Amino acid sequence: MDLQLVDFRKGYLTEPIRKGFGRGLLAVGKINEQVVACCADLTESTQMSLFAEAYPERFFELGVAEQNLVTVGSGLAAGGKIPYVSSYAAFNPGRNYEQIRTTICINDRPVKIVGSHAGVSVGPDGATHQMLEDIILMRGLPNMVVLSPGDSIEAEKCTIAMASNPRPNYLRLAREASAIFTTKDTPFEIGKAYVYESGQDLTVIATGAMTFQALLSIDLLYKDGIDVEVIHVPTIKPLDTTTILDSLKKTKACVVIEEGQVNGGLGGAIAELSSEFFPVPIVRLGIQDRFGESGKPDELLKYFGLDANHIRLAAHDVLIKKG
Amino acid sequence: MIQHSFERLEIIANDIRIDIIKMLEHAGSGHSAGPLGEVEIYVALYFAILNHDPTRPDWPERDIMIQSNGHCVPVRYVTLAHAGYIDRKELMTLRQFGSRLQGHPERLKLLALESTSGPLGSGLSQAAGLALAFRLDNQLKRRIYCVMGDGEIDEGNVWEAAMFVAKNKLSNLVAIIDRNNIQIDGFTENVMPLEDLRAKWEAFGWHVIEIDGNNIEAVIDALEMAKAITEKPVMIIAYTIPGKGVDFMEDNFKWHGVTPDHKQAKLALNELRTLRGKITSEHL
Repeated sequence: MDLQLVDFRKGYLTEPIRKGFGRGLLAVGKINEQVVACCADLTESTQMSLFAEAYPERFFELGVAEQNLVTVGSGLAAGGKIPYVSSYAAFNPGRNYEQIRTTICINDRPVKIVGSHAGVSVGPDGATHQMLEDIILMRGLPNMVVLSPGDSIEAEKCTIAMASNPRPNYLRLAREASAIFTTKDTPFEIGKAYVYESGQDLTVIATGAMTFQALLSIDLLYKDGIDVEVIHVPTIKPLDTTTILDSLKKTKACVVIEEGQVNGGLGGAIAELSSEFFPVPIVRLGIQDRFGESGKPDELLKYFGLDANHIRLAAHDVLIKKG
Repeated sequence: MIQHSFERLEIIANDIRIDIIKMLEHAGSGHSAGPLGEVEIYVALYFAILNHDPTRPDWPERDIMIQSNGHCVPVRYVTLAHAGYIDRKELMTLRQFGSRLQGHPERLKLLALESTSGPLGSGLSQAAGLALAFRLDNQLKRRIYCVMGDGEIDEGNVWEAAMFVAKNKLSNLVAIIDRNNIQIDGFTENVMPLEDLRAKWEAFGWHVIEIDGNNIEAVIDALEMAKAITEKPVMIIAYTIPGKGVDFMEDNFKWHGVTPDHKQAKLALNELRTLRGKITSEHL
């Protein structure tokens, strides 16, 4: 497969991932008149503003009321619409989990839940606003599709693809400017994981902006004489088990990295899959059963071990276990 | 739609109560008081007000009824049976493994339910979403009805919806609160006072109509009147007697979440069957 990735070794641009969501919503709103958008007093910062300005009759402001946000969304979907409902991930799905479970998932309504500002990279806002448990909450729900694009370009494609997906969807977006490593020609399909780098010694599996760190780890590990395979997982549920198991069978060692709780997050998902179908040593990088705290995004990511250097250390660790 | 006389509707209501008792006794678990108290509301909706077609539960022009207080679903199942959506025999499968009649309403099991509910406080928001969708599609003749319990308006989600519906002047939506004054832990005014309920909804921007919710004529009148009110969304506060029609259940909050045993059911059925004769005589 020609992945058409950015040649990031020569340089790259950065942009907040949610900007891609804003552009994607505008684009899909233009081609599909059933698309509507609802926001809970965060129109600008979740980047719904582009859609709101272009299609004011299809945009609804609900105020700071996240329970109403998703339940109105359920009703709009019952009326044949494709509602995108956005707020910060800490509140959506943090506050309105039961409403999502009952009125959207048991009901199987194609509501598109958008949680922005996920992860520790919200930075100075601190623990309350650094949503780290959203993947766990959403991945446990039958019917729900969980999406975590790696950069703004992929977020745009993802947002457009969600409109034609018949299931409830959760789209996880980070706040900070993130490296752009995909191009408009890089393949993206809901439900697929992508092998961005082929290798023999171990597999690094990443989601969201952490995939860029996984890409940066390739050269670090090469210098250590380690041939790494990198898999990008923009769809956490349903997991592309074929791609992942094929890789684990080849490399027999794995490092997972995500900007969220490893217990029950992508790390949990990979550990479940591996232990049931092809056990290999795994090291899970992410937040280890604690909350975040205030700080600059970069210093927090480093503190929590969410960078290429920590992938390198984890790789050595897991290779010792592999023997 | 067939026009029924009030006398006929009262007889249907009584027959529905009889079937509610039978199905609850058979199921052995579920809620009794609320469903019995709401019978006239459901008869008014399904036999006089809703634009619907029991042979086509997915008819694209139908009115939509959202039941927010899902625990009262027995009254809806029985009404759906009497209206022709399902076979009356199926009522005896309530809460059994493999039944379409789940303990709380589940749309994917039975499409006529329109939504899935049970956890309280989220029906009005869904009704609001539907009302917005119909307005966007210029389906102005389609109306959305939402039946809520009174205990459930303790939920904050209800008041989020109350503001949102009023802001958007969703006059194609009519909400009905079953004001029966009881909830699981006791009387609503002891558990969490709701009064002054009328003033609260009016302050939130709603047009409020208060009625005797066990008087079929009053319920139909209020629902007809609601169609003429276009400036504001309409809230009908329907005062009902929980356990209505069965003397030993009426106004007793202990019957909120339990079902009659065989002896109690026999007593109740005897009372309801005798009542049927009285309805006819009153209209003579």
